[in-house]
Amino acid sequence: MSAVWVYAEVGPEGPATSALELLTKARTLADIVAAVALGPGATQAAAALGAHGASTVFASDDPIYAEAVARPAAHALAELVGRHAPDLILFSSSHEARDVAGRLQARTGSTLMGNATDVSGIDRAVTQIFGDSRFVEVALDGPQPKLVLVRPKSFAPEASGGTAEVVPVDVDIPDELRGARRVERHAEDVSGPKLEDAKVVVSGGRGLQDPANFSLLDRLAEAIGGAAVGATRAVVDAGWVPYNQQIGQTGKTVKPDVYIAIGISGATQHVVGMKGAKRIVAVNKDPLAPIFGLADIGVVADALEFVPKLVEEIERRKGAP
Amino acid sequence: MDVVVLVKYVPDPLGTPSLGEDLLVVREGTDGTLDPGDEHAVEAGLQVVEAQGGEVTLVSMGPEVAMTAIRKALSMGAHRGVLVTDPALRGADTLATAKVLAATIARQPFDLVLSGVESTDGYTGTLPMTVAELLGLPSLTFARRIELGEGAVRIERQTDLGYDVLETPLPALVTVTGAANEPRYATLKGIMSAKSKPVEQLGLGDLGLNAPDVAASQRVLAVTDAPARGPGEVIEGDDAVARVADLLAESKVI
Repeated sequence: MSAVWVYAEVGPEGPATSALELLTKARTLADIVAAVALGPGATQAAAALGAHGASTVFASDDPIYAEAVARPAAHALAELVGRHAPDLILFSSSHEARDVAGRLQARTGSTLMGNATDVSGIDRAVTQIFGDSRFVEVALDGPQPKLVLVRPKSFAPEASGGTAEVVPVDVDIPDELRGARRVERHAEDVSGPKLEDAKVVVSGGRGLQDPANFSLLDRLAEAIGGAAVGATRAVVDAGWVPYNQQIGQTGKTVKPDVYIAIGISGATQHVVGMKGAKRIVAVNKDPLAPIFGLADIGVVADALEFVPKLVEEIERRKGAP
Repeated sequence: MDVVVLVKYVPDPLGTPSLGEDLLVVREGTDGTLDPGDEHAVEAGLQVVEAQGGEVTLVSMGPEVAMTAIRKALSMGAHRGVLVTDPALRGADTLATAKVLAATIARQPFDLVLSGVESTDGYTGTLPMTVAELLGLPSLTFARRIELGEGAVRIERQTDLGYDVLETPLPALVTVTGAANEPRYATLKGIMSAKSKPVEQLGLGDLGLNAPDVAASQRVLAVTDAPARGPGEVIEGDDAVARVADLLAESKVI
């Protein structure tokens, strides 16, 4: 009988959505599905992890997993793998998951596949390349477990109604693995709804020309109501807006009802994070911008002129009886 | 402070990539360059040695043509390079690549290893951590700011909510995001002097590795076209505002 594990990221506020997505997929792949949850909140998360398909949750609430970076979690996971020999471990694509998966690979000698958009068996997975224009199905060989990192929102989480047995993780973490520490955590406020949940995402790129012009997007989001504001990597790297607003390969993946791309050229890096939107509107001065290749409506216009007019029109319609 | 920077030669990110008959990305005979993400790691390395003294050694694995990426980083100011080229490494996966890079790094003394967060062609984003594990090093990843202290490094790591401050004693590995710095342009003097900077070329055997150590562990089974999102309408003029508002109304979001 094959066993598929999910490396479930947890926090005091509960399990990450990615863990529930991955468990939903995992239970279609194998009879034995387990989750590994390390750090404060792990035991408490077991109920939700069980309800999404984990029959076992290997859990430890030890704060060391949150306070020390990567190595304790990778070590504990490697020890558990040694004892239980799963066939496949699914990870999210988060920074933490990448840290742990990359290190685990060195310990187990396993193959590792990143950016998976589907998992088609315990030893095969699918990714998309060249701006997601092609599917590539890959067979995973070599020692078990196979390691696959899945892009966010590749699967919709569905509860199975199950319950999980909680198995405490009793792995000693050697002192030499505790040296890298998380010494502070900072939240940067983003007003409005969460990007991942918003029905409308308004997003800006270099075409806005100046960080001050980003406020145009806030005004548009406000006029629409319940819209979130995102950004491309280029403007995040340039320091215009914080990373928690970044959409794309290295940021968040969004699938809103409507995505409005303002001054965004449509680089692959960005497109993979938003092409799942139901409808896409793009506004760009350059009629040849690649973003127009996937927009339902592409508007060739200067964003600085177009956005205020659109805000006005939306407000007019909303104000109309 | 001896700094090693991992660099990769990638197909031109602005070009149109293609697959060969073996279903591997075509890397030779196409325009390629130093991975733009790696330029931030090179810049971070140069800033460290400018402040603390020491030298920047570039370490890369790739075909002969990858020398252009190393030369570019040398022209920015790095001091020397090591390129590992071997026919057995064609199509190497992340583990094989990590073994090669770790073995290459281990040949010289170092305090800090820097790399980009992920390559512009592969985007796996786990390789540096695998290298760190193989070398028994702590790693601080996804840095938007790097600060060197006495025998320690401290970074700000980008997170979903904001940022975390992480720190570790040296030696350590740090991955650098595009937000960390603005890479310098090579000066003419830099370009000229890069030509005479030492670049060592190694094969697998020089690292004590054999072909089975780097055997590929993944096979492409099939490549198929993904359903394309048809391009919609491209419009301009006064009508556009109303059309976009109509779309929002149809989607019931206004």
